[in-house]
Parts: sequence; C-alpha cells; structure tokens
Amino acid sequence: MKIKSQRDFFSGLMFMAVGIAFAWGATSYSIGEGARMGPGYFPLVLGILLTGLGGFIVFEALVVETEDGEPVGKWAWKPLSFIIGANLLFGVLLGGLPSIGLPPMGMIVAIYGLTFVASLAGDEFNLKENLILATILAAGSYVAFVVLLKLQFPVWPTFITG
Amino acid sequence: MDLVANLMTGFGVAFTPINLLYCFIGCVLGTLIGVLPGIGPVATIAMLLPATYALPPVSALIMLAGIYYGAQYGGSTTAILVNLPGESSSVVTVIDGYQMARQGRAGPALAAAGLGSFFAGCVGTLILAAFAGPLTEVAFKFGSAEYFSLMVLGLIGAVVLASGSLIKAIAMIVLGLLLGLVGTDVNSGVARFSFDIPELTDGIGFVVIAMGVFGYGEIISNLSQSEEHREVFTGKVKGLFPTKDDFKRMLPAVLRGTALGSALGILPGGGALLAAFAAYTVEKKTSLAPGEVPFGKGNIRGVAAPESANNAGAQTSFIPLLTLGIPPNAVMALMVGAMTIHNIQPGPQVMTSNPQLFWGLIASMWLGNLMLVILNLPLIGMWIKLLTVPYRWLFPAIVLFCAIGVYSTNNNTFDVWMVGLFGFIGYLFIKLGCEPAPLLLGFILGPMMEEHLRRALLLSRGDWSVLVTRPLSASLLAAALALVVIVALPSIKAKREEAFVED
Repeated sequence: MKIKSQRDFFSGLMFMAVGIAFAWGATSYSIGEGARMGPGYFPLVLGILLTGLGGFIVFEALVVETEDGEPVGKWAWKPLSFIIGANLLFGVLLGGLPSIGLPPMGMIVAIYGLTFVASLAGDEFNLKENLILATILAAGSYVAFVVLLKLQFPVWPTFITG
Repeated sequence: MDLVANLMTGFGVAFTPINLLYCFIGCVLGTLIGVLPGIGPVATIAMLLPATYALPPVSALIMLAGIYYGAQYGGSTTAILVNLPGESSSVVTVIDGYQMARQGRAGPALAAAGLGSFFAGCVGTLILAAFAGPLTEVAFKFGSAEYFSLMVLGLIGAVVLASGSLIKAIAMIVLGLLLGLVGTDVNSGVARFSFDIPELTDGIGFVVIAMGVFGYGEIISNLSQSEEHREVFTGKVKGLFPTKDDFKRMLPAVLRGTALGSALGILPGGGALLAAFAAYTVEKKTSLAPGEVPFGKGNIRGVAAPESANNAGAQTSFIPLLTLGIPPNAVMALMVGAMTIHNIQPGPQVMTSNPQLFWGLIASMWLGNLMLVILNLPLIGMWIKLLTVPYRWLFPAIVLFCAIGVYSTNNNTFDVWMVGLFGFIGYLFIKLGCEPAPLLLGFILGPMMEEHLRRALLLSRGDWSVLVTRPLSASLLAAALALVVIVALPSIKAKREEAFVED
C-alpha cells in the first residue's frame, strides 16, 4: 500500500502514539464511573478519542489521493539544533548544572552564550556583529528585568558574587 | 436616571488629578511590560501588585485596571509584530495580524487593534454600568452542564481557525485537552502524567507552550528556508494608518466583535478568550467582499473583530467579579487578591456599600481605554521601525526574550527545558502540517471542561442525558453539532479549501 499523504500519515501516527500513551497512563489512576469520575476517567476517554482520530487520519492518508504526496520534506537540523541548543545553554548557564558541578553563571554570561549559539543557526555569522548584539541585549535585559522590574535573576556568576 | 447619576459619581472619583495620574502610570507600565513577549497581563499584574499596596484602595484598583488594559494591548502588539501571543486571548490576533505585518501592513493592523479595542471598551463600560445588576441573573442560569456544552461549542468553533484538514484540527484540540490535564487533579489530588517531576505537578505553563510552539517553531521553520524564500517581512511599509477601504471593512467586524465580546465576557471561565475565538469564527463565516484578502492571509477583519471582542469581554468580565465576587479568570483572581488586601470584600455588596469604588473603577476603565489609544497611536510608527531590524539580529533577540520570559514566570530553569521541548514539537507540527492554534485553546479549556463535566454528572448521578435535557445546554450542543455539519458538508468544505488556496 502506498502512502498518499506523508504529512497526514505521520501526523496520524503521532496522534495515535500520544493517544495510546495517555490512555495507557490513565489506567494507572483510578477510573471511577460517570457519577464519580476518578482522575483517570477524562484522560482515558480523550486518549481513546485521540487514538481513534489518529487512526482515521492514517487511513485517510493511505486512501485519499493528493497531488504531490504532501511530503514531509527535509528536516532543518541546523536551525533546529542551534535554536534549541541556544535555549538549553541559556538555562544551563543561568541556573548552573549541579549534576556536573557547573555553578550558575548568571544572566549576563547566559545572554552572551545564547546570542552566540542562536546566531549560528542563521546563514551568515559575523563575530563582531554578534558581540555587539549580545552586549546590547545584555545591557537592555539588565536594565529592563533587573533594575526596573526587579525580577529575581542571578545576574553574575556565583563564584564572583559569592 | 440612575445610570447617569452613577457614572457621574464614578467620573467624579476618577477625574481627580491623582487618580488620573495613577491610571496613566498603570497604562504606561502595563504597555511597556506587556510588549515583552511571553509576559501577559497575569504576569504583569502579579509583578506590579506590590507597587500598589501603599496606595488608597480606589487609586490602587484604578492603577491595576490601567495595568491590565495596558498589558492586554501590549500583548496584541507583540502578537502582530513578532507572531508571539503573550497571552491566551491574542492567540487569534496572531493569525491575521502577523500576516498583515509581513505584508508591510503592521501599521493598519495595530491601528485596527487599538481603535477596535477602544470602541469595544467604550461599549463594554456602558454595558457594565447599565446592566451589571440584571446580567448577573443570566450568569446564575449557567450550571456545569451549560458550561461544558459552551466549551464544546467553543472548541468546535476553534476548528474553523485551522485552515487545513478538519480532522487534524479536531485531533489537535484533543491533544491540547490532554496536555492541559497534566498536573495535579483538583478533585483527588493525584498528580497525573507528571513522571514524578515536582515541577510538572503544577501543570505545563501556558507561556511555555505558546513560546515554544509559536515562537521557536516559527523561527526554526523560517531559518530553514533559503534567504529568498524566507517569508519574514516585506521591506515596504504600506501606510501607517488604515485606508478608507480598511475602515469600511473594519467597522462591521468591530461591531460584531463588540457584541459577542460583551455577551461572552459575562460568563465566568475565560470569557475574553472565548469571545476572541468566537468573533474570529463569525468573521470567517461571513462572505468575503470582492478583492478582499482571505482570512489567515492578513485580513484586517481578522484583527479588528477578535481584538474588539477580547476588550469588550475584558470589560464585561468585571461583572461577575464585582457582582458575584467570582473571578472569571486569572487576572480577575489577582484583582480579588488586591481588593482583599485593601479590606474590600468583592461581591454584590460592593455596589451598595462602596459605590465610590465601584463606579470609580468603572469610570477609570473607560479612561484607561482612552489613554491607551492616545498613548499607542503615536507609538505605532515606533513599533513599525522595529520591523526594519534585520532578521539575523531579530531572531536571537526573540529567542532570548522567550527564554527570559519563560524563566521569569516561575524563576525556574525547568521551564526553560520545557520550552526547548515544545520548540521541537512546534517545528514537528509545522513539518506535519498541524496547526497549533486549536491545540492552545484545548490546552486552556481542558481542566475547566473536565471539572464542569464531573460536576454536571455528579449532580445528575451519572446520567449523561443531563447535557441534552437542560434546554440551554441542549441548544449549545445543537449549535456545536450544526457547526460540524456545516464545515463537514462537502460543498462548503470545497469552498473552505478554495479560500485557502495560495494566490
């Protein structure tokens, strides 16, 4: 059997997988009955519903003709990994990672790290421009979030502030 | 005339220089903070609440109301300019607003949002003043069965928001509902689907999903296209203000949005949000004038209607708060907190025991709206300038603001990991042609729906027919069913697809 719409086929599979996972997870909580629903009742019903919908989407993807097969297309690994990576690096630098003994480096360092890694996701990379941008963002964020809004951010690395 | 006398009392209170000043400060602060992506009215009010402790009660509430409107308007600005809904009710604005910005029409979009909101705010204030009493009686008629049915209708309505396949949109709603259930179950205290992660017992944050799916997903998808094909913004900015044509199209949309918003805002449970979705649904159902841009491609009505609706809804959502003492949403819950700090017990007695405060607050809402227009129309030019910043500088900044916004909601790096995960999921959705807007609505309504369904069935002793034997509930469900049939009918389906064919 040929897949007529790749996008629908895979999204259907995704919905089915998530639906089954939620329904299966729901059975570990008490289900109860209509009048006294337990915490598992609503997720179980929704999980089954989602699985059904996913199954229907997969079926449709195998049967209904489309013009170009609606391919999923190539994954943009470069922007994907750099954007998500920049985000994760920000979290690690800001809050530290006790499991590997990395102390919190604070907001300023985290902003430089994020800007640097995020910029690698683009087509062109210019170190000087990047440093200027990071400096502007760091200064702006410091003024807006720390000075004006008084948000509780670790600003500097803990080994400097103590 | 009671109404006039009451409003006079109100304006007498609000028009003192000191209260005008607080209202203005509130609007300015609210707008400035609301413009930051990921920080919506709830976060803004929560942050600025301590600043109002020292003020007299009336001034404190007036300033908070100003912050609320400012933040709401600021949220729309980011929604239109950078495709980031800072709060749930601007999710709809994103759809057409961002498309307008891409086509160089950010100015008219912002003006439409501002003017529509102002008009809706005026009407909402009048309704609030005139009908606060009688309208609460309608809210009393709504039992759990009715709420559940209303939400079903709202969710089905959200399906038409998606421009692609109907069944995928429904699946996205269900997925959203399920995501909304993650966290502690209010009835039994059981932490569901939390994998023993303490942070997950509070549920997944709205901001986390919105930033990840809309913000990161969009950026990754944009960057994956080569420079020429990148649909970011056209360099040309066509006019700052709406043209005569735009006004002609906006006007009926604003009127419809205002009417819907005022009606739905009274209902506790996310009135402003449902209003925005409903208004967009209605606009999409009306026929397009010849030469008009289709919805989802930058139609000005798609900005004007939901923006008016959510502002009218925001206004009338004060009714259940001020008359019943029931906060209809998180912002109002914070307002209750602020009132109790100042020793005011919200509820029906406020109107009689504290008329100065009640009417003063209502008058200051109108003033807040006026100030927002005055404040924001000249600022449009400045916001537009923001769009001329090259994309290679803009996207790291957006990533940064998302990360900071997400971190600041709970001061916890766990949310930063979660937004990364949802960024990946958002990109996956784009790749698979699944639209995220219905998911977000499902996510917000999920816990409420479950709660009302449980309550309705508990009262009926497990008899499901309660949903159709109560007339109000039955008619809401019938409307939902009719909507499905209309959308699913082949002839209309063909038309629906036609409307979304790329030019």
